[in-house]
Amino acid sequence: MKRISLVKMKVGEKGTIVQVDGGQCFENRLSAMGIGLGKNIVKLSAFVLRGPVAIRTGRTVMALGYGMASRILVEPIKK
Amino acid sequence: MKKIVLIGNPNVGKSVLFSRLTGVRVLVSNYPGTTVEFLKGYVIINGQRMQVVDLPGTYSLEPSVAAEEVAVKMLEEADFVINILDATNLERNLYLTMELLETNHRIIVALNMFDDIKHRGIDINVEKLQDSLGTEVIPTSGITGLGVKQLKECLLKAKSQNIPKRTHQQRWHKIGEIIGTVQHLSHRHHTFLESLEDASVNHGWGLAIAILVIAASFQGVRFLGEGIINYIMEPLFNSVYRPFIESLSLLFGGKGFLHDVLIGKIIDGQIDFQQSLGVLTTAPYVEFVMVLPYVFAFYLLLSFLEDIGYIPRLALLLDNIMHRLGLHGFAIIPVLLGFGCNVPGILATRILESKRERFIASTIISIGVPCAALQAMIFGILGKFGGQYVALVYLVLFSVWLFLGIVLNFFLKGYSPELFIEIPPYRFPSIRLMGKKVILRVKGFIIEALPVVLLSVLVINIFQQIKIFEFISQIFGPILRYIFGLPKDAIWVLVVGLLRKDIAAGMLMPLNLSLKQLIIACVVLSMSFPCIATFVIFLKELGLKRLIQATALMLALTSVVGGLMNLLLH
Repeated sequence: MKRISLVKMKVGEKGTIVQVDGGQCFENRLSAMGIGLGKNIVKLSAFVLRGPVAIRTGRTVMALGYGMASRILVEPIKK
Repeated sequence: MKKIVLIGNPNVGKSVLFSRLTGVRVLVSNYPGTTVEFLKGYVIINGQRMQVVDLPGTYSLEPSVAAEEVAVKMLEEADFVINILDATNLERNLYLTMELLETNHRIIVALNMFDDIKHRGIDINVEKLQDSLGTEVIPTSGITGLGVKQLKECLLKAKSQNIPKRTHQQRWHKIGEIIGTVQHLSHRHHTFLESLEDASVNHGWGLAIAILVIAASFQGVRFLGEGIINYIMEPLFNSVYRPFIESLSLLFGGKGFLHDVLIGKIIDGQIDFQQSLGVLTTAPYVEFVMVLPYVFAFYLLLSFLEDIGYIPRLALLLDNIMHRLGLHGFAIIPVLLGFGCNVPGILATRILESKRERFIASTIISIGVPCAALQAMIFGILGKFGGQYVALVYLVLFSVWLFLGIVLNFFLKGYSPELFIEIPPYRFPSIRLMGKKVILRVKGFIIEALPVVLLSVLVINIFQQIKIFEFISQIFGPILRYIFGLPKDAIWVLVVGLLRKDIAAGMLMPLNLSLKQLIIACVVLSMSFPCIATFVIFLKELGLKRLIQATALMLALTSVVGGLMNLLLH
């Protein structure tokens, strides 16, 4: 299955988080905030000029900067 | 006294539950060394008075931001812990619970927003959850007050479990098990509110909504502020306060030193509250009639936007712009607070990570963001000529704000960190809590402002008596005339602006300036020296070197912008 980063996903697309680059600390932090490995997410928005990305997982909506978003990889879920 | 702490993720309704537990007596305190605010109150359980502390929201006990550090530190002093969970987001919330159960604290769990889960298609088996956690679990609701009594009853029976430390994986594994047995989700469609939540973070719709929200807030503040002035404060002042002052004036015989200081000059045989410049006339008039209604309206709207959960959306939508200034979206919070008063605005820059960000944010706030008191006066002075002139002042100030940020970002070494925030769902605000917050803020404003206002007017009068202003205007008068096209007497206004911007703007009124001069004076007053309180806070927070740099920038920019406007406006 192809892995793409949150940045490369299209708005409205769904995916499962399969990999987080950027160290154990970053990964732990993300999972405490509800976006850990194995979570299904929907991309809600992306802003131009390397702007932030917003995603939803369950009841949680998170906003992340472009750099962080590019280090979170998902496997897209086909409709 | 025994201490109870409330701990939980951000936006789980801790504060509302807190006010349910403690009733009305609430104190907002600052944790020493940070601006992380927490609430303190008292509750009586079994005849025993206990202190209740509402900690800043935290996702885990391994802190990664200032607010979380405070939460973790204060947890250590707790005798009892109430862990508040958002029942609509159970899985994530349980992580903190897992960590808490590994400490030796006596813990009970409040399953908050329990009234909200049914229509979201969530079913939680409370008894099973209780069994798997090994601690009392009480369904609660801050809005209806469900479970609050039970919380008090069960708290003293709580025992500590002291579960051995687990790894992250082990904790998540346990959470997976628990969720599998206690929670059942049924499918349902998006509600209207959820669609709105999604739309308001969208890059297209979200921006449109944001523009609408900002425009509506601006109009709302103006409408409410003007309404209070015209229908409440002005009539009240004229019918109740004026007769008192008039008889006082007669008592003094209408002239003399004391009369001039307290009542001010008699203009056309009358006391003119706007122009007499007395400690008992113009000072209270400017503060209570012209400024306070706007300050109240501003804080009402800001508190409303905060409490429904809109501000984080603004942080996301404006992240792009803020990055051009070397900040990230979250920095919009100190900027918004700066529109109320620059002092809390600069204090709130503590939420930003680096010294560089704090300097940029504080500088653009103190130069480009006019406080509510000054804005009220700008409305009062320019509004009667037409809204476009008020808009012009804002446009100029916004351009300065943007330009300054871009320049600082370009020349200062360093980088801007990234946005990383949770965007909470919209919540119906607790009117009680919101009211309390507004009262607290308005009270804070009056306590800060009133003594300085009275003092300023007193100083102005004394300076007039000993002719200090004439001396100053001889020296600086030519500069004012050539650069800004303002009369030399306007220097008083700038000097007084050091103390209070609102009184300073009030002093523009007796000067008989032209519209162009008034516009330039408003801009120069907004940009030039921030009031003394802002100055002191800037010095305390960022140090002398930074203050001198900011002051130099301020002087240069004010001269250039004021001078340009003098050249370009007709």
